[in-house]
Amino acid sequence: MFKGGVKIDSFKELSKEEQIEVFPYPHKVVISLSQHTGLPAKPLVQKGDVVKEGQVIGEPAGFISSYVHASIAGKVVALENRNLPTGRSSLSVIIEKENEVPETSYEGIVRNWQEINPREIIEMVKQAGIVGMGGAAFPTFVKLMVPEGKKVECVLLNGCECEPFLTADYRVLKENAQEVIEGLQIICKALSVEKAFIGIESNKRDLVKVLNTCLQTLKIPLDVRLKVLPERYPQGSEKHLIKSIIGKEVPSLGLPVDIGCVVFNIQTALSIKKAVCENIPSIERVLTVTGVVDRPKNLKVRIGTSISDILNYCGGTLTESKRLIIGGPMMGIHIPSSDVPVVKSTTGIILLPAEKTTRQEIKPCIRCGKCINACPMNLVPAEIGRQAENKNWDVCKTLGVVDCIECGCCSYVCPAKRPMVALFKWAKAESRKINKCSVT
Amino acid sequence: MKEIRCSPHIHGKDSTSKIMWSVIIALLPAMAGSIYYFGLSALKVIFVCIISCLLTEVLSKTIFCRKFSISDGSAVLTGILLAFVLPPGIPLWIAAVGSFVAIFLVKELFGGIGYNIFNPALAARSVLLTSFPLQMTTYVLPLSYKVDAITTATPLAILKENIDTQIPSLWNMFIGNRAGCLGETSTLLLLLGAIFLLSRKIISLHIPLAYLLTVAVLSVLSGQNPLFQIMAGGLVLGAFFMATDYVTSPLTNKGKVIFGIGCGIVTFLIRQKGGYPEGVAYSIIFMNMFVPVIDRYTLPVKFGYIKVRT
Repeated sequence: MFKGGVKIDSFKELSKEEQIEVFPYPHKVVISLSQHTGLPAKPLVQKGDVVKEGQVIGEPAGFISSYVHASIAGKVVALENRNLPTGRSSLSVIIEKENEVPETSYEGIVRNWQEINPREIIEMVKQAGIVGMGGAAFPTFVKLMVPEGKKVECVLLNGCECEPFLTADYRVLKENAQEVIEGLQIICKALSVEKAFIGIESNKRDLVKVLNTCLQTLKIPLDVRLKVLPERYPQGSEKHLIKSIIGKEVPSLGLPVDIGCVVFNIQTALSIKKAVCENIPSIERVLTVTGVVDRPKNLKVRIGTSISDILNYCGGTLTESKRLIIGGPMMGIHIPSSDVPVVKSTTGIILLPAEKTTRQEIKPCIRCGKCINACPMNLVPAEIGRQAENKNWDVCKTLGVVDCIECGCCSYVCPAKRPMVALFKWAKAESRKINKCSVT
Repeated sequence: MKEIRCSPHIHGKDSTSKIMWSVIIALLPAMAGSIYYFGLSALKVIFVCIISCLLTEVLSKTIFCRKFSISDGSAVLTGILLAFVLPPGIPLWIAAVGSFVAIFLVKELFGGIGYNIFNPALAARSVLLTSFPLQMTTYVLPLSYKVDAITTATPLAILKENIDTQIPSLWNMFIGNRAGCLGETSTLLLLLGAIFLLSRKIISLHIPLAYLLTVAVLSVLSGQNPLFQIMAGGLVLGAFFMATDYVTSPLTNKGKVIFGIGCGIVTFLIRQKGGYPEGVAYSIIFMNMFVPVIDRYTLPVKFGYIKVRT
């Protein structure tokens, strides 16, 4: 178990019992060419082109980049810059539906993953444009390619979903456990690993039975162990999941592979299964729509679907008294307008009442030390915060601001309501500049 | 332009004023005890301290153009704590001077709440002790002794100066039936408040336990009764309510233990070797000066900095 963290009211009961519902086929989608970490994809279509569902519309522009596919069949009506739910904007392909019967590019292919070799699996994952679906959006095929000199000993499947409100991964595990575990097997095969763990938080205990039955019926030759972890935010943080399960710490500025493990999100595993066995590219995902909406839901939506359409569908309207949060309430992003499309890393759409998110008056730090006990990275947020206020960027750096994972525990517990995460984001950006100066 | 907020979008329920008012609530039993033992004179001192702390706060916030909010409770808390470390029969104007020192000189001049380096109540007590040595060491017996406010000495002074007065029994010291500063006498009532603060997780045991244990161990080693040493002076009040002041104590748990041990050693040295019978206030003030250094050398090992065996 990791040190620190906080216990937060989960609010998951709002949408926990809602079965995954397929969102109606959208008439228009806005598909960003930059919905992954790394370089934006190069567009392969032009205005006026007719595309099939699942057709490649963007190709990787470098090693860390990804393919992008059309999520509906139709006509490309524009290629223009659009705002994203990540707070950025990027060149996007806008497709409008044309025919009533959509054409797909992938149908009818069924493959047995056991007959496919690791190199082919990695290529399929790459071709399918799969990126980490837990929020980081790191191209998955890169994770499957173990760097020279490193050895992966085990694979971790992250089913913690520790952010309050979100229930999408929980529903996917509950309803598609078998496919997720097949995905896990495919990952293990690609990495030539025999050992895997599935980590879930104790508030999802009902999944234990589902997963165990599944593991038994599939008769997996691998050593797959289910770990029920305490409900403690940020249990689902990659570093802290590894610490809780393996007991090792990912070195500062290092990667999980440095200590022999790789972590995958539940929906990433599901997408891998679909890509490898059914040739379906990453064109849809399950997300939770919750908060102050009439009908909280877990929806399967196509990438590029308008978030305001999704909100309407669930009976939610964005007014002055509400705030739209994309992702979870702890690390998610506040977006002023709902006129943004779903991207591959959109885990949730939450409408919060404004009074709940309005920060009370910021007071001076009284050095109560609560942030230190809450910090899962063992930092001293109070001190870093003070130094950041005084713009002592070099001191912030020595105090380890670059190790901050921006989980928000310190801001959450702070009795003086200090905007710690905001200060740290600023300090991180500034201390990176220092680095550059010292190099040149 | 619409305002964009940074994550996290939900917050815990703690607030500075909630913490301050909880400490005030924790002090209420001892406050009631002081009024029970010393009567109206105790109430007057408490009242004057609170009011003059509030007035000084208003005054200094106006001078420094800082935002003022009475509701955060910090001025009220300082007032109560200052009253607790004054003798019950002290002239009220001296109490008012003390309040001014605590709020204006010790707190606001350094930048206000969160920025003071010394505990305001104790620093004010130290100033008063050197400025008005006679009034600050004139103690009265509790009303229960049925003598009309006769001046006497505190148990520690009796011991130190070999005064020909009977030392109160341990039981009387436990319940608070002894001479001493207004709020320090009743170990029982102070512990009640401390348990409340511990259960609300407002204070942790690191500082008080390290402090009390250090004094107890040193007492045993030098052949004294540790229970007497703990209950005879202001140690319980100091350990649970003064040394634990967030602003003037170390941030990390490790640092808190070092701070507590330091306070214990200095208290014991002052009591045994120093010129004063009591050393709690000075020891905490003394250790306050070490807080930045302690903080610097007790930074926790960051996650991911343990060397990986390869």
